[in-house]
Amino acid sequence: MAKLTIDGIEVEVPNGSTVIQACEAAGIEIPRFCYHERLSVAGNCRMCLVEIEKMPPKPVASCGQPVADGMVVHTDSEMVRKGRRGVMEFLLINHPLDCPICDQGGECDLQDEAVAYGRDTSRYEEDKRSVAQPDWGPLVRTTMTRCIHCTRCVRFTTEVAGTAELGGTFRGESTQIGTYVQKALTSELSGNIIDLCPVGALTSKPYAFTARPWELRKTDSIDVLDALGSNIRIDARGAEVLRILPRINDEVNEEWLGDKSRFSVDGLKRRRLDRPWIRENGKLRPASWEEAFAAIAGKIKATAPEKIGALVGDLADVESMLALKEFMAGQGSANIDCRIDGAAYDVSKRAFYSFNTTIAGIEEADALLIIGSNPRHEAPVLNARIRKRWLAGKFQVGVIGEKADLTYKTTHLGEGPAALQALLDGTHEFAEVLKGAAKPMLIIGAGALARPDGAALHATAWKLATQFNMLNAEWHGFNVLQHAASRVGALDLGLLPGTNGLSAQAMLGGAADVLWLLGADNEAVRNIPNSSFVIYQGHHGDAGASRADVILPGAAYTEKDGTYVNTEGRVQSAYIAVKPPGDAREDWRILRAISAYLGHALPYDTLEQLRAHLKANYPVFGQEFRRFAGTDTAAPASYGALGDAPFTPALANYYQTDVISRSSPTMAACVAAHNPALAEAAE
Amino acid sequence: MLKDEDRIYQNLYGQQDWKLAGARARGDWSGTAEIIAKGRDALIEEMKASGMRGRGGAGFPTGMKWSFMPKQSDGRPSYVVINADESEPGTCKDRDIIRNEPHKLIEGALIASFAMGANKAFIYIRGEYYNEAQRLQFAIDEAYEAGLIGKNAAGSGWDFDLVLQRGAGAYICGEESAMLESLEGKKGMPRMKPPFPAAMGLYGCPTTVNNVETIAGVPTIMRRGGAWFAGLGKPKNAGTKIFCISGHVNNPCNVEEELGIPLRELIEKHAGGVRGGWDNLGAVIPGGASSPVLNKAMCDTQLMDFDSLAASKSMMGSGAIIVMDKSVDVVKAIWRLSKFFKHESCGQCTPCREGTGWMMRQMDRIVQNKATLADIHLLEQVTTQVAGHTICAFGEASSWPIQGMMRAFRPEVEARATDYQPPVAAQAAE
Repeated sequence: MAKLTIDGIEVEVPNGSTVIQACEAAGIEIPRFCYHERLSVAGNCRMCLVEIEKMPPKPVASCGQPVADGMVVHTDSEMVRKGRRGVMEFLLINHPLDCPICDQGGECDLQDEAVAYGRDTSRYEEDKRSVAQPDWGPLVRTTMTRCIHCTRCVRFTTEVAGTAELGGTFRGESTQIGTYVQKALTSELSGNIIDLCPVGALTSKPYAFTARPWELRKTDSIDVLDALGSNIRIDARGAEVLRILPRINDEVNEEWLGDKSRFSVDGLKRRRLDRPWIRENGKLRPASWEEAFAAIAGKIKATAPEKIGALVGDLADVESMLALKEFMAGQGSANIDCRIDGAAYDVSKRAFYSFNTTIAGIEEADALLIIGSNPRHEAPVLNARIRKRWLAGKFQVGVIGEKADLTYKTTHLGEGPAALQALLDGTHEFAEVLKGAAKPMLIIGAGALARPDGAALHATAWKLATQFNMLNAEWHGFNVLQHAASRVGALDLGLLPGTNGLSAQAMLGGAADVLWLLGADNEAVRNIPNSSFVIYQGHHGDAGASRADVILPGAAYTEKDGTYVNTEGRVQSAYIAVKPPGDAREDWRILRAISAYLGHALPYDTLEQLRAHLKANYPVFGQEFRRFAGTDTAAPASYGALGDAPFTPALANYYQTDVISRSSPTMAACVAAHNPALAEAAE
Repeated sequence: MLKDEDRIYQNLYGQQDWKLAGARARGDWSGTAEIIAKGRDALIEEMKASGMRGRGGAGFPTGMKWSFMPKQSDGRPSYVVINADESEPGTCKDRDIIRNEPHKLIEGALIASFAMGANKAFIYIRGEYYNEAQRLQFAIDEAYEAGLIGKNAAGSGWDFDLVLQRGAGAYICGEESAMLESLEGKKGMPRMKPPFPAAMGLYGCPTTVNNVETIAGVPTIMRRGGAWFAGLGKPKNAGTKIFCISGHVNNPCNVEEELGIPLRELIEKHAGGVRGGWDNLGAVIPGGASSPVLNKAMCDTQLMDFDSLAASKSMMGSGAIIVMDKSVDVVKAIWRLSKFFKHESCGQCTPCREGTGWMMRQMDRIVQNKATLADIHLLEQVTTQVAGHTICAFGEASSWPIQGMMRAFRPEVEARATDYQPPVAAQAAE
């Protein structure tokens, strides 16, 4: 530890810290543009100048200066103020003063610091520099004339995203930040450079000229477009969600957010179900809630309980899933399933279906085996965490499945189950890597689990975990990477077929005469035979709605208070940002209402009662999240034999995986930019 | 005046054979193994005793710089990098060393690398020095063939490899940390210090960067002893130095002289005097483009060594003396240097990136007689906003020529302002 005196305040910080960190520890904010806690130190903006006693008599950039015991720092001396004013003037001479038409206005670091260190008028009388506006694809809008060359975006793409597609060309005052050759950014994390940019050089293209930050109502929430449970802030104005930004949570998403989660927001306004519909003579017609309930009640009362089924989609919140489960139980039906992708492996214990190492735990691991998963597409922020670990060194990654660019170096072990067997037998050299690791981990994804031999693969992966010491008293290295936000919560609630209950595959195949789809919306839903009476409860008109006989309009994740469980098993709460459109209602309320209509009223009238009921019956929702060690090595049940087909990617197209992103024009534009063939096929 | 036998560079003018045979005839490579046998500490002590200060410009004591290198490796190799990226306008001393005395440099590289525990040294040569690079590479190959470098170099038991790398034409790559970046294959941009190269330099390993002239002087110092070198020049400014005299002199030349020689003597003895006589002298830039300019009154008494020039608020720099007679428009000359610095700014840090352009444009106004007195005052302020706030010394060096001009030629500068009132007219008005 080093003791410093900063503006008379004594502060103790660990050795190896920088002066700017010590200043923050002392509660003194140092202005900065290029410095960022999660990126390497560049030291090029020169705004964070401070004066340090007993050093050469000139100001020092505090971001790059290591602390030393007994240092005496002044952050507001005449020398410091003069230095910062000079730097501010330099930054402004070539910066267009176009704040009134700049989207960064109101949340611009340069604007804020100019208030503190800027002059009232410019002394620069020459022409200002202007720079072309290159096209970086559908997400990031560039106004490079505003660029102050802090290189945060360059460092982010190089270090965190791992795509190294940005850099500076030319030199001196002609320096331009860009992609060298004009192209769309390929990173799934590209939106984060908008947050990182301290000025208005990089702004959100879909959000351009939409709102000012002070007009927005900010609501804390949880992202549901992948299973990571990234912490987000929803910015809304009136009834409209305008943008989504990440919140800081070091345990989950640090401060990053995937592009799909950030930019699908315009999908929330399109193809929405805002009133109930009933299918009559093969055609859907608008109806009232009363009519819809009557139609459903008539059907359910006329059907034997064992012929009534329910399926849960990927975006459902825990509250509505609990209501659905208890509603089905009230009807006397055991036909309920959340695994609409057909991932039928043993989920009798939580460790069998969650990411046990935890996301932050990845940083402790020293070897990784990925089986049938592409984390870059299934959870880009988690992939960045793997890359962060990889960059720290001494970390080997093996991949079984699709050969893909994961932004870090991997050893490709094989395409299918045979490679797993080779590892078990020790015939592949990667077995030595796993054997030599102190904290090895594996990630098995839907590419392996959602196939007919998923259960066998799941059991084999567990066997690998036990064989290579991934499960011990200090460490749990067995991880299932889910990509559906609802899945872990649903499995925690036990949304699985009961005794003699029908499985998801059976119900999709027409085994249920009345089928309730709670947001279940994958392509298989389109092919449910006509013999089934399909009730679709959801928020977007997509596959489920087009097949439905009755549509009940629900709320999207921004429109309800909800609880979500991420792939680690972390229980998180989201808050309502805007009201659902039209006649749409929060999903648990719809189920509560129809349960009363059918005479088996659910035992809760308010969200608080529902949550109390949830915690009482499922204690996991009331517990604080913590990491578990792998002391319980009892293997999951295995059924069936290993197949030999190669693993296929679970998500063929990162940008369009669910009803919200499929409704989003921005996501469609991303597909058109990165995969024109796919975009044409969709049309 | 320096005696002929005290000159380190006997073949500075290339009148003799530059190849290995010629070099050996001049005494190079004789007893190299015995020098190395004295051991690392003895060599560093000898270097400290010689009082040699870095010949690249900053004048940091070489022996002390060497002593910063780790005595015991922590597993990382040590490197020596020799700065032959001689890009300072007016400077051409390293060029002649490489052309005519390449073996002095190679032998010096071996001894210096041994003294710093490095088995590998790099010479980063300016990209424009194509012919020089060819010649140096020839000399390196010769030395390898003769067993003077490589495994068991010169029979000393020390393994030593020497790599020649050509630059790509950026002034900033002459800054030591930008040079390391460039050597690593990255864009040449200076690094933040600390960490200093001796702790974390090339590829993150301990590294010392020395100028060509510093290294090429090492073998002679080791042979003749530090005391001999310290006996030349002035106290704290010991030894000899190659001066590059260019501009309005009758006989522009490179010449090796003792430090502390009066500027006037240097010009009149070696360069044939100022064109049109000493009284025709207008200004002198004493140490390369970034050193502040001197007016004639200053030149009359100026001694040429680190401390005397620092006392005149100028600097020794690389020893490139640019002489301008009275026909020169000093303001325009300094403007040209501003243009150079603006062109060569790497663009990494704010004050240099934005400041060099602003300074040049402000100089434009003065040169074109469009500036007001307020503009001149503003220019002076801008230079102080650049100096002391940049990542590297080159950034602030861009402001020094203008600051020097303001000190030495303020009346000439102000006379060009649109609202300038000559003192006589002002009196008449009263």
